[in-house]
Amino acid sequence: MRIVLEIWRQRNPREAGAFVRYEVPDASEHMSFLELLDVLNNRLVEKGEDPVAFDSDCREGICGTCGFLVNGEAHGPLPNTTICQTHMREYKDGDVLRLEPWRAAAFPVLRDLVVDRSALDRIIAAGGYISVRTGSAPEANSILVPKTAADRAMEAAACIGCGACVAACPNASAALFAGAKISHLGLLPQGQPERPARALSMTAQAGQEGFGHCTSIGECVAACPAGIQLEVISRMNADFIRAALSRRETEPIATVPKPAAVRVQVAEPPRKVE
Amino acid sequence: MTLDSRAAPASLPARPLDSRVPSGPLEQKWQRRKFELKLVNPANKRKHTVIVVGTGLAGAAAAASLAELGYDVLTFCYQDSPRRAHSIAAQGGINAAKNYQNDGDSVQRLFYDTVKGGDFRSREANVHRLAELSVNIIDQCAAQGVPFAREYGGALANRSFGGALVSRTFYARGQTGQQLLLGAYQALQRQVAAGKVRSQPRSEMLELVTVDGRARGIVARDLVTGVVSSHTADAVVLATGGYSNVFYLSTNARGCNATAIWRAHRKGALFANPCFTQIHPTCIPRSGEHQSKLTLMSESLRNDGRVWVPRAKGDARRPAEIPDGQRDYFLERMYPTYGNLAPRDIASRAAKTVCDEGRGVGPGGLGVYLDFRDAFARLGGKVLDERYGNLFEMYQRITGDDPHAAPMRIYPAVHYVMGGLWVDYDLMSTIPGLFVAGEANFSDHGANRLGASALMQGLADGYFVIPYTVGDYLARGGIGKLDAGHAAFQDAEREVIYRTRRFLSIGGKHPADHFHRRLGALLWDQCGMARSRESLTRALEEIPRLREEFWSGLRVTGAGEELNQELERAGRVADFLELAELLCLDALHREESCGGHFRVEHQTPDGEALRDDGKFAYVAAWEWKGTGEPPTLHKEPLVFEHVPLQQRSYK
Repeated sequence: MRIVLEIWRQRNPREAGAFVRYEVPDASEHMSFLELLDVLNNRLVEKGEDPVAFDSDCREGICGTCGFLVNGEAHGPLPNTTICQTHMREYKDGDVLRLEPWRAAAFPVLRDLVVDRSALDRIIAAGGYISVRTGSAPEANSILVPKTAADRAMEAAACIGCGACVAACPNASAALFAGAKISHLGLLPQGQPERPARALSMTAQAGQEGFGHCTSIGECVAACPAGIQLEVISRMNADFIRAALSRRETEPIATVPKPAAVRVQVAEPPRKVE
Repeated sequence: MTLDSRAAPASLPARPLDSRVPSGPLEQKWQRRKFELKLVNPANKRKHTVIVVGTGLAGAAAAASLAELGYDVLTFCYQDSPRRAHSIAAQGGINAAKNYQNDGDSVQRLFYDTVKGGDFRSREANVHRLAELSVNIIDQCAAQGVPFAREYGGALANRSFGGALVSRTFYARGQTGQQLLLGAYQALQRQVAAGKVRSQPRSEMLELVTVDGRARGIVARDLVTGVVSSHTADAVVLATGGYSNVFYLSTNARGCNATAIWRAHRKGALFANPCFTQIHPTCIPRSGEHQSKLTLMSESLRNDGRVWVPRAKGDARRPAEIPDGQRDYFLERMYPTYGNLAPRDIASRAAKTVCDEGRGVGPGGLGVYLDFRDAFARLGGKVLDERYGNLFEMYQRITGDDPHAAPMRIYPAVHYVMGGLWVDYDLMSTIPGLFVAGEANFSDHGANRLGASALMQGLADGYFVIPYTVGDYLARGGIGKLDAGHAAFQDAEREVIYRTRRFLSIGGKHPADHFHRRLGALLWDQCGMARSRESLTRALEEIPRLREEFWSGLRVTGAGEELNQELERAGRVADFLELAELLCLDALHREESCGGHFRVEHQTPDGEALRDDGKFAYVAAWEWKGTGEPPTLHKEPLVFEHVPLQQRSYK
């Protein structure tokens, strides 16, 4: 099958980018989407042209490395499926597909389809954990967790951290990502002591990183390859309000600074494209 | 170097390696070692910098725990976040000798199962420590909030796994690796926020630096800017995973590579048992030349599926049109007792045999059917969907075929390596100050790893061994001050920059992938599931030729000082092209079959692996002597005092 690709090419964070048209005349319907790009790239290299930079690693939908927009949809058209697990059989001969990187001020484009998602790591660093010193844990079965709570926590914990929710959101909000972690830990008895501080720190960090606010549109859920549900945002909001009302003014809210050696200096943050 | 010298291990010098296993009874060795370890004054810990390369289970757990103790920790990973290391893809579970099921499990039994499952090629003392620590791991992870499966009463649930007669596997849906890694990653990020860990994602270690014979740091390339820089430390921990991707197609992530351990090997760290590679029988077969990686499916499918190929060569009919009389249920035919449940290595080799005969199915003839027709008739769709629904779905997503309507196609794939850098009981390599954890070391799995044991080993090394033994190394002193301007670092940086420029300047015709694919095909054919003197000799002739072609025919576009994924791949493939030779050489020298290493010359009349304990009950640790030069073999004799040597039996 013949596939036409219009791919966002941008050499580095400082230079302007543009769409460039490529054609793969002999794609196979058995190829994964990323294998189509592998084939294109190998041909570009053989012609002496720069291949298209894109992130991927496990290629089985769990590591969260891959992801870009296909005709405006994060991870392409399939529900609950990353782009690495999407195959060309989903497309027709002659289809024109426009690929562009996640668009969000908090995710600067590094090159072509590759973006910097380190802001998500800093949201976790701000409070997305349970503090337990190695070796100090009690006997595992001394903490009983009702099965329903464990199952719900697992559903929220399934987030792969790919950033599709941010890319799909008109506000570029990371609420689904932060809410998933806040829900995972907040549903478990082990997560209770730090629950208020966690909600305050993680939301403050998300704001500091330049993610927008949630206006409950739900695009994030439609794009999420891990099936994270909107209720995690409700849980986050509930935790946030409870924590904010019971907080003393003098208690600091811990956030994490960007690392001293900032790798990327973005001249102009890429605008969000509708 | 002549092939004769390669084929004659007896003529190589054999020097026993000191594993530094503590004396005393097996059950007390680890306690004893922990008491012997020297401690670092708490006020001095922050003055010691430890570099941890790789942030999977072993690396993230080690880095977080070391930072918690007060050391200054620097982590590196090639992924864009530490959370994406390939540990994340492990599905099944993690073993621990908790005996929560009251079914007779114990540390002793887990130890015994692991030594026997490893086909008697692992170190007893290490395996015993692993079994002891397994219980602490579950406590640690449960406290971190890993959402393990639970009983209705709130206690932890277990399931049984490959081969074991007890139910000792803990799991979190089919995503146990993901959840354990996120637990370790979150602990790591907590230390990042505390300022105790400096995390450097999208950075690749390209050289180990030794000063006065000790590991003192690394040279890394920033994968975004291309900047090559030196990082000094008092100790270096490599937790960079396995080298399955030397086969090009494996179940490993695309980026998994051997560069860190290979660079360390070239600097003097011995490489142990490289030929111990594990092949998993139930993977989704490749669908064409474009295939970039393979996906594993749980082995549990073989409980209800029947494996077959057409009797006739080149039978192109759809499976439903082939009557039973014209099908060959080859596992049931060849192994009537075990049938479709024959062990991993046996099932894998049988599938390869029928495909080599031209009877394979699907694209390229590299696949066999796994058919649920009879199970559907016997049990009904509802029961089967409850058991395998998620696997059926995954299969359909990847292949586009519905397993309810037609049989699945499966084929074996490389997915784990038992071999790796040689380490002593303290997980220190032959270079003082260089520690190796997780799959990157030659590990506790001998010649074959049991299911649900990889996660256990990674976390045992990371949480509970490395933090102690690194401290002991630092406390013993003798580590001088130095800065990144030291000549050894400047030389290493120059070497890295020279290599980068060399890749960029070859100006050949083909991308690195082209050579990697060819190397993978060569290894798979000649040094895969079944190996022979003849096939290995051929591989050892062809690899150097392919290496030459690589160094003259490679094309890397772009520049060194930018994000350049072609350049990254070129460096990894260059190292694989050297490692492949050692793998084949080790396989040729080991004139026996054991675990994942099957030499056709050494098998029982019914096709089982035939060990030679008299000659090969040792760890083969190879010393680098230069590209294309014969490496020197060092042997660590293995002594089995607690598990009597016996033939693994599947009858």
